[in-house]
Amino acid sequence: MAEMGRAIVMSPEDNTAVALADLAAGEDVSLKIAGRTVTTRLLDAVGFGHKFALKDIAAGEKVFKYGTVIGLASSAIASGQHVHIHNVESIRVRGDKKK
Amino acid sequence: MTKFRGYRRPDGRIGVRNHVAVLSAMDNSNAAASRIGAMVNGTVVLSTPFGRTQIGHDSEMTTRTLAGFGSHPNIASVLVVGLSLDSANALADRIRPSGKPIGTLGLQDCGGPINLTAEGAKMATDMVIAASRLAREECDFSDLSIAVECGGSDTTSGIASNPALGHFADRFVDAGGTIVLSEPAEFMGAEHILAERAESPEDRQRIYDMVKWFEDEAGRAGVDMRGINPTPDNIRGGLTTLEEKSLGAIIKGGTRPVREVIDYSEPSTKRGLVIMNTPSAACESMTGLAGGGSQIILFSTGRGNAIGAPVAPTVKVSGNPNTVSSMTEIIDLDVSGILTRGESVESAGERLWNEVLAVASGALVRCEVLGEEQLAVSRFGPSV
Repeated sequence: MAEMGRAIVMSPEDNTAVALADLAAGEDVSLKIAGRTVTTRLLDAVGFGHKFALKDIAAGEKVFKYGTVIGLASSAIASGQHVHIHNVESIRVRGDKKK
Repeated sequence: MTKFRGYRRPDGRIGVRNHVAVLSAMDNSNAAASRIGAMVNGTVVLSTPFGRTQIGHDSEMTTRTLAGFGSHPNIASVLVVGLSLDSANALADRIRPSGKPIGTLGLQDCGGPINLTAEGAKMATDMVIAASRLAREECDFSDLSIAVECGGSDTTSGIASNPALGHFADRFVDAGGTIVLSEPAEFMGAEHILAERAESPEDRQRIYDMVKWFEDEAGRAGVDMRGINPTPDNIRGGLTTLEEKSLGAIIKGGTRPVREVIDYSEPSTKRGLVIMNTPSAACESMTGLAGGGSQIILFSTGRGNAIGAPVAPTVKVSGNPNTVSSMTEIIDLDVSGILTRGESVESAGERLWNEVLAVASGALVRCEVLGEEQLAVSRFGPSV
């Protein structure tokens, strides 16, 4: 069953949402985004405070939270997948790539 | 006009505390300062592990910070101890414009640490008794400088606690007060938002330059900042990139124009929202904020971070329901209701306003009671 208040989306442009509880894989999460209810079926377990994708994000595509780019997808991310350091890279502060 | 009860100092600034400081001029007099502090109740010992033969920017930053602490309006009077009277007096001279009572002692001039301790303990005793006779009086809340800081951040910082601080910051600025936001390395990815709010083109450029300096440092060191910043506990808390952390972090400064950009431990010359250039390590940053004269620090934490600044009471605010229940002894204000009960940011900001007013008038914060305080002056180069 879809339940409100289990997650939060910071800005309507975002392609990620934040879990407000420990969410299980297979759970349907509903969010009001710009007046529309969007339901996402989780493909992964997503812990409190962690992000999941609200739509499919291609490798190299921008990842949005707060309506602003927080990094680039380092691999393809499907809607409902956990979004974190395993599939998103910072665009900034990569001194190790400047060699 | 919102009022509170504070200590009016000779230079016109307002104290929210009434400490007597034993201030060590540099590393080699720290032990003596600590001994005096241990003997005399009601003193606070201020010391830094460096100072002697620092050069250039580091030397100035250390001296400015120690002088800033000595001059701080939360301190009624100060005993400066040094290896020699020369070093004690050099620091004391930078504190004299504050107009407060100052004593100086040199270890060489006293004939060793035992004599210095005895002499210093007598002087500090007189200072504590004199300070205890000062009384609080009605003061304008907006005459305070309040700094905003975050540490042990997680996703809840950007959604709950930093928005509560931001709400406070806007209201305080609108009332005529000063808010100091620091840690430009944690503007990275969000610096355009602050830069566009700078009142002068010079400060606009300075915001970009400060952030670029920290980014270039990571480049020069050849490091991937991930795992350093965001830190491992940030990452466990759901923060993926520094950009994400930054976007959540700058919210705590509110949304008003940036009036001024200042250097580490520099006092602001304007009211309103001010940005100070500090590293993003909380102890170093808060030392700069208190050194610059901020009377109170508001500290937002997600995962839980206990440390506060000496002298400037540090109010801990958390929006993480797990942290507020597991670390009750360090959290002064719980705003987790924003996430769990649908409390509005405005309501949490209102509760924070009342909390800060109480702290300004003397209510103790938890890190003061627990002694969770650390002075750490930044340094960039070697001593010679």
